[in-house]
Amino acid sequence: MNREISKQLQQQVLAAIQRAQPLQIVGSGSKKFLGHLCDATPLEVSGHRGIVSYDPVELVVTARAGTPLRELEQTLADAGQILPFEPPCFGPDATLGGTIACGLSGPGRPFAGSARDYVLGVKVINGRGEILNFGGQVMKNVAGYDCSRLMVGAMGTLGVILEVSLKVLPKQAAEVTLINKVSLPQALKAMNHWSGQSLPLSAACYDGEQSYLRLSGAKSAVESARQLIGGEQHGDSNAFWQAVKEHQQPFFQSSLPLWRLSLPAHTPALNLPGAWFIDWCGAQRWLLTECSAETVREQALAAGGHATLFRGGNRNIDTFQPPAAGVMQLHRHLKQAFDPDGLLNPERLYPGL
Amino acid sequence: MGDEPLDKTDHGTTPIREPAVAKVTIDKAALLVRLREIVTPDALLFDEEALRPYECDALSAYRRLPMIVVLPSTIEAVQAIMRLCYQHNVPVIARGAGTGLSGGATPVGNGVVLSLARFMSILNIDPEARTAVVQPGVRNLAISQAVAQHRLYYAPDPSSQIACTIGGNVAENSGGVHCLKYGLTVHNVRKVKIVTMDGELITLGSDALDSSGYDLLALINGSEGMLGIVVEVTVKLTPIPERAQVVLAAFDDVEKAGVAVGEVIAAGIIPGGLEMMDKLAIQAAEAFAQVGYPTDAEAILLCELDGTNEEVSEQILIVRDTMQQCGATEVRTARDEAEREAFWKGRKAAFPAVGRLAPDYYCMDGTIPRKHLPYILRRMGELSVEYDLRVANVFHAGDGNLHPLILYDANVPGELERTEAFGGKILELCIEVGGSITGEHGVGIEKLTQMHLQFGNEELVQFHAVKHAFDPKALLNPGKAVPTPKRCSEYRQLPTQDKECLSDHGDKQA
Ligand SMILES: Cc1cc2nc3c(=O)[nH]c(=O)nc-3n(C[C@H](O)[C@H](O)[C@H](O)COP(=O)(O)OP(=O)(O)OC[C@H]3O[C@@H](n4cnc5c(N)ncnc54)[C@H](O)[C@@H]3O)c2cc1C
Repeated sequence: MNREISKQLQQQVLAAIQRAQPLQIVGSGSKKFLGHLCDATPLEVSGHRGIVSYDPVELVVTARAGTPLRELEQTLADAGQILPFEPPCFGPDATLGGTIACGLSGPGRPFAGSARDYVLGVKVINGRGEILNFGGQVMKNVAGYDCSRLMVGAMGTLGVILEVSLKVLPKQAAEVTLINKVSLPQALKAMNHWSGQSLPLSAACYDGEQSYLRLSGAKSAVESARQLIGGEQHGDSNAFWQAVKEHQQPFFQSSLPLWRLSLPAHTPALNLPGAWFIDWCGAQRWLLTECSAETVREQALAAGGHATLFRGGNRNIDTFQPPAAGVMQLHRHLKQAFDPDGLLNPERLYPGL
Repeated sequence: MGDEPLDKTDHGTTPIREPAVAKVTIDKAALLVRLREIVTPDALLFDEEALRPYECDALSAYRRLPMIVVLPSTIEAVQAIMRLCYQHNVPVIARGAGTGLSGGATPVGNGVVLSLARFMSILNIDPEARTAVVQPGVRNLAISQAVAQHRLYYAPDPSSQIACTIGGNVAENSGGVHCLKYGLTVHNVRKVKIVTMDGELITLGSDALDSSGYDLLALINGSEGMLGIVVEVTVKLTPIPERAQVVLAAFDDVEKAGVAVGEVIAAGIIPGGLEMMDKLAIQAAEAFAQVGYPTDAEAILLCELDGTNEEVSEQILIVRDTMQQCGATEVRTARDEAEREAFWKGRKAAFPAVGRLAPDYYCMDGTIPRKHLPYILRRMGELSVEYDLRVANVFHAGDGNLHPLILYDANVPGELERTEAFGGKILELCIEVGGSITGEHGVGIEKLTQMHLQFGNEELVQFHAVKHAFDPKALLNPGKAVPTPKRCSEYRQLPTQDKECLSDHGDKQA
């Protein structure tokens, strides 16, 4: 199962450079729906797989990009540890490389941090066909620019990820989810209020009728917070958050376009027609709507956030919200710096990139 | 640039020659005239006496006077200064409080030092969003003090926090004693406004938890003032834990203390802070701060547990137990807040305390996978004998960040050079075991040589390409952080020390 094929992948990139032939980097394809479709020769990285090193006491794991996320999480679970950013898989075969390239994080994000927060180092092939190492396997490392975290969320447009080193953490001893029937404004207020306290809060979402607050930590701490916050205890906390993370909640089983709005957590309810599912304490809001992209983005921008057309809808528009002109120019310069011929996942993130 | 060689205090050894870039097209007098159109006269320093305080940062062995120091107080003025310097190819070096330990803010002779010292306002505190918007010259500790009334604080706490600025923290991605649990600067900053070398004001990050596109916010953290001038920072604030408690454990053997660190983590506990000090550091800190450290111990561990009351109670028992099982000769739990603060005071004063043991000290900063600590300490002991220099060790043990402090006397001919050679060996050791040459102090000018140990030429070329994406004329903090790679003719000629280094370590070690 474990295979090291970085040299082959490098050869493929070099050959593509020779032929000036763009490449589409494919993990398992589970997040194919995300971003623009790019019509280029596939570069299959899923064969480059296996855990390279893992020493639980060091709190660091290094694995090849094609390693299935499930396999990695199982190995960590066997040692009582987790990926604290709880990456969604969106499919049984999702790979570590695809997860990092997309930079997606799950329900724990507002409390534990995001995918990029846990990346310590990467090995990549850049658009010149060079194998480069950035960061490392240690917690702290400020030598050179932070090109590792730059790869997170770059959708494979800056390099083919070969290996990733991540910080991992012990799984918390106890977990409880509390349900309260409240309105959206009440839910937002409560989530942000509790987040500002010294409490073992680890996730908070709202499904349109009820708020769900997850507590994780030492048994005694979870118990005392449970009493303080109050509410009905969920029968299967783990299964509930798994379903939120993987979009298996009834809300997500819709054919309407699905938007992801990333907003300041305490932003009041936006005036956009459609159905909402609020996660991340209010900082990540899912919206099913037929509204135009301009309308959705205008409101997201006014609130200090941005909106992504996550799934469905008209894929011919910019699915990711283009940044301000000055920032966009830096994007183009960075793309030029890593992939001068524009061969890696062209257009996957933004047109012309 | 670099007409004037960099002085190494009074000892004048190897001058570092900076790479040649575009020729400056304005002289000092003309530049002053133009700058007076932008800032008031009190914001310009240009005679030698006034420039003197800016000749170095806390790596004081390297000094050089800048041409001009300018202290603007508005973003518009920063933009205008940058546009002017860009137009005339004048190098610009940003400066916060000058507490940097790697020479990052060292001036260049024909350049302008742009001090952010007058950007001292806290612009907004939003307790509900748990964020604060601050100007770059605000001191790290001042943020926590200003938000304490809301039971919030800014988590990263470098030992220099009473002096260092948030702008400098972003530039260095600074850490502190609480990083293992609460992260580095990069984990605690939401949004940064920068002015690029051509004078453009750009916002990176947002008030939401992420922004679309590349993570330029991550890239700017730790970029050592080479990509842009940080002119505003939105920081994330953390609720003050209900309770924090410190356990002090003493060991008669450094290796036992090293094992105990791993065992605490294996028990599933992530302490708020986990610090180690060796005998020389303990004795120095105790003599300096009288905080009640056991001076006969070979090593002490300070393990801070924070969170809810119940959680902390539970964890203290586990930690005490673990320490004892690992052979601690003494385990003490701080009785009250005063004793807790005393335990930390000793640790935070360790640098100046060790500094009193000798005329000079040299603070190193490397990281290692924790399991190699016993090996590293043993080798360091051997090297200490070999180089005939004493070394004290303070260690962010939780995250594998070593701070060996080498004691020397700069007035003894050759001793500084021996110290630097010893320091270089320590960094080589860090790389040998899979670590890094800097955990939080940055590369600056200090570790340019060792960058070749950690990175191959292709990575160095890539770093230069990143720099080029932001600053194509290479005017912002030139000659720092990234040495000139072997094959990079389009960039510049090699500085002397790089040449020497390349012949030894031209290729990256495994
Ligand atoms: C006693 C002592 C203890 C220390 N302890 C720690 C510690 O525990 N952890 C730690 O991480 N560090 C520590 N340091 C190092 C130092 O304090 C940090 O690196 C700090 O962040 C530097 O901040 P400063 O404002 O002094 O920056 P300066 O020294 O003025 O500048 C540092 C670098 O940042 C750049 N810079 C400064 N301001 C800006 C800006 N606004 N925009 C762009 N670039 C800028 C400069 O060009 C330079 O490259 C310690 C230093 C001392 C002297």
